Amino acid sequence: MLAAYTDVVTFLLVAVLFIAASLFLGGLLRPHHPYPEKLSPYECGKAPIGSGQVRFKVRYYIFALVFLVFDVEALFLYAWAVILRQAGWPALWEGIAFVALLFVGLIYAWRKKVLKWV
Amino acid sequence: MLVDWVASLYQSVQATFVAHGWPLWVLAVLTAVLKVAGVLVWILLNVLFLIWLERKISGHVQNRPGPVYTGRFGLLQTLADALKVLLKEDVIPAGADRWVFVLAPLVAFVPSVMIWVVIPFSRGVQAQDLNIGILYVAALASFTVPSLLMAGWSSDNKWSLMGALRSAAQLISYEVPLILAELGVVVLAGSLRLSDIIAAQQRSVWFLFLQPVGFVVYFIAALAESNRTPFDLPEAESELVAGFNTEYSGFRWSIFFLTEYANLLGMASLAATLFLGGWSGPFLPPFVWFVIKTYFFVFLAMWIRWTLPRIRVDQLMDLGWKFLLPVALVNLVVTGVFVVL
Repeated sequence: MLAAYTDVVTFLLVAVLFIAASLFLGGLLRPHHPYPEKLSPYECGKAPIGSGQVRFKVRYYIFALVFLVFDVEALFLYAWAVILRQAGWPALWEGIAFVALLFVGLIYAWRKKVLKWV
Repeated sequence: MLVDWVASLYQSVQATFVAHGWPLWVLAVLTAVLKVAGVLVWILLNVLFLIWLERKISGHVQNRPGPVYTGRFGLLQTLADALKVLLKEDVIPAGADRWVFVLAPLVAFVPSVMIWVVIPFSRGVQAQDLNIGILYVAALASFTVPSLLMAGWSSDNKWSLMGALRSAAQLISYEVPLILAELGVVVLAGSLRLSDIIAAQQRSVWFLFLQPVGFVVYFIAALAESNRTPFDLPEAESELVAGFNTEYSGFRWSIFFLTEYANLLGMASLAATLFLGGWSGPFLPPFVWFVIKTYFFVFLAMWIRWTLPRIRVDQLMDLGWKFLLPVALVNLVVTGVFVVL
């Protein structure tokens, strides 16, 4: 069973190797003339003000939290989807109950204006 | 046939290994390396062609000829560009978080190669028929978010960070409908294995006809996942310079570009497998069918990209959470009821 994952690991390693090798080969060919202005962050030609790692909206965190709930839900549903045909009605009812709960959650988030982008 | 010839060759090599008492894992690793070499050649050739195709299509949509000078019909244009980009200086900004900056393109590119482990090219031509097929692809597809965030955060550039955050918000908003649309197919096929899904479509009809709603949701979400117009806000040139890849240059930048087209190809071939019956079809060889179906989706994506304007960020989030997600959930439940009945 685990032997099937030889391919997965090999794909991973060879892909990394491919990028490393082409970056290395490119390094032999390309020029390298750094100076402070070239290495400064690009802000449309002006000298940058402050750090590049600025503060950003809290909205992003809230969306990430909502995403987490639905992504984990989808993960659970994969197992359910595979056996649904054999398991029949009981599994279907349980699945519907699960999805309905999340649907209520979605509507709650919607009503609480969590999904509103401002 | 070529497939049979390769299979018999493999068996004779395996017999040689057994006869000499050589360890079989060496054979497994060797075949795996051959497979990944084949996949890399396939991806690179296709990306060369896709970039040319995209420029030709955009040209003709805008009533101009596109690349014409390099080679016949400008076919060698991408090759010339690739050579040029390889010779460009590789600038890493002074304030950058070096390790994260260097690793970000790698995290983006490697999954786009790894999904090809499970994509079936033709009857029996598949690197490895994993029993968790779709789940594996979905898991790898989600690696795009960390890679973009790494690129944006490490660049020490305001544009990059803004672009990265936007794209993270976009990608996670569309990932959930994408996964739920794939679930509809899983319910119908009763398996996560991609070969089983094709077999199930051969028994009945293409899942496009059984899952029209799921298909539309999948296609919209997949467009958004591959950051293409109308969903290319992360790279919105007119407002964010170039988004997360503002500070990248030379070959390091082109890795992101390569990944984008590799992902487009992967998305199209997965769509062909899940909804159009993969390589199965009459008259023509299976591999030809696979290519035709894949390129149908590729063409559709390019056509949409050069025809529709970009949408606003709040419209984008609304479409994902308030339309696609409820529709995908309802579609899943309806499919479940249909299957059990």
